[in-house]
Amino acid sequence: MHQIDCPWCGVRDETEFQYQGDATVIRPAPDASEETFFKYVYVRDNPKGWHTEWWHHLGGCRQWVKVVRHTVSHEIHATGRAQDKLPVPDEGPKS
Amino acid sequence: MRYSALSILKQGLTGHKGWPRMWRDPVPKDHYDVIIIGGGGHGLATAYYLAREHGITNVAVIEKGWIGGGNVGRNTTIVRSNYMLPPNTHFYEKSMKLWEGLEQDFNFNAMVSQRGVINLFHSDPQRDAFARRGNAMRLAGIDAELVDPAQLKALVPVLDFDNARFPIRGGLMQRRGGTVRHDAVAWGYARGADSRGVDILQNCEVKDIRIEGGRAIGVETLKGFIGANKVGMAVAGHTSAVAKMAGIELPVESHVLQAFVSEGIKPLIDTVVTFGAGHFYISQSDKGGLVFGGDLDGYNSYAQRGNMPMMEHVMAGGMAIMPAIGRVRMLRHWGGIMDMSFDGSPFICKTGIDSLYLNGGWCYGGFKATPASGWCFAHTIAKDAPHELNAAFTIERFREGRMIDEKGVGPNPWVQ
Repeated sequence: MHQIDCPWCGVRDETEFQYQGDATVIRPAPDASEETFFKYVYVRDNPKGWHTEWWHHLGGCRQWVKVVRHTVSHEIHATGRAQDKLPVPDEGPKS
Repeated sequence: MRYSALSILKQGLTGHKGWPRMWRDPVPKDHYDVIIIGGGGHGLATAYYLAREHGITNVAVIEKGWIGGGNVGRNTTIVRSNYMLPPNTHFYEKSMKLWEGLEQDFNFNAMVSQRGVINLFHSDPQRDAFARRGNAMRLAGIDAELVDPAQLKALVPVLDFDNARFPIRGGLMQRRGGTVRHDAVAWGYARGADSRGVDILQNCEVKDIRIEGGRAIGVETLKGFIGANKVGMAVAGHTSAVAKMAGIELPVESHVLQAFVSEGIKPLIDTVVTFGAGHFYISQSDKGGLVFGGDLDGYNSYAQRGNMPMMEHVMAGGMAIMPAIGRVRMLRHWGGIMDMSFDGSPFICKTGIDSLYLNGGWCYGGFKATPASGWCFAHTIAKDAPHELNAAFTIERFREGRMIDEKGVGPNPWVQ
């Protein structure tokens, strides 16, 4: 079970959250090219390793929490608010 | 050696000492006509059909672990062709037809059991939706029938028909659907391919795909460089990682899907039942274990194991629709990594790099697709052009607005 440290509520079980995908994807400007929008909607890095992602605290404060999590070990390295720039480790997970 | 009743009798009388290996353990050649990356069901089926249908036998299947150790060994063994959108309908029906003749074709007992697949519905609108799906199937010449609660009670008496939240109003049944012994599919295709000259290279991880002048010319492996005229990727679960070796970005996320098997019990259910409203589906193996599963865990993952909340959710779904299983003990569970594409449909296509081909994006429907996937991928590689059955399964469909979104949920891979 993932334990996610919500910046507003503290550490909570993953069952309170709904996953909302890759948080490194940024909506392009309205006049950006079709190719840019294609990548924004459809293309994902899908790393085997550290992944920065959204978890919506649906069963809590209803804020969107940014989480840096490892996609093999499921270890959570950092959590923060939407505007936070979270550090992504170079190395693999501790465990 | 051809397997038959006579061969079993002969071996039985001589102490079963004369059975040969099912496939060789060859030393890699320097160069092959075709290299398939990935020794799972789809990769082995591709090699088999390359040899059988197209006469291309100078082929290697390169596998990082042992064959059949990925998703072909990590599914719930169900086969069906109950899809509604035309590209899926025809493709999966091709697969169903290949399943029906598979054991005779590759001379291996894959325990193909057409025990029927029933999708339950619980309301009038849901009935309409299933009737529409059934009609789409029948228009394509596929068997589908709406069964009413009385018929269902005879077929699957163990269900909770008067469930307060989800009373069972009937089901859409495909009688030709059923289950297949999943490991035997990998072994059967491996043996069939090997006997036609295909080299199966196990424990030989591919580290890179070598591309020169916009053309794939081979792969770097743990055992050195191996050249090839054509390279096919069939590594669903890890497609993003392997495609990245060739600089290809894909509309794919990797997610974990769990499945479960109980202790063996006496016959309880002799068909496959899906309870979509409760995210639960179940069948019973020939050993007596109840085999069941549910939804994705719902977050990006390459771990071949899942988490407790989804286990609880699946069990709750089972208890809701089949309360009799409450005292059955769970024996084991496992997780597989799914290539979740952004419309829920797969890729069998060219890649934009010459002589490099892609097979992936199977979401959680890859097992039933194994024969047609191999058949179509072999055609695509041999002819350097897709067969009409897989012509729609391109990467470009997302650019062109031709998504094949069976579920109608949009570009959110974790809910496909």
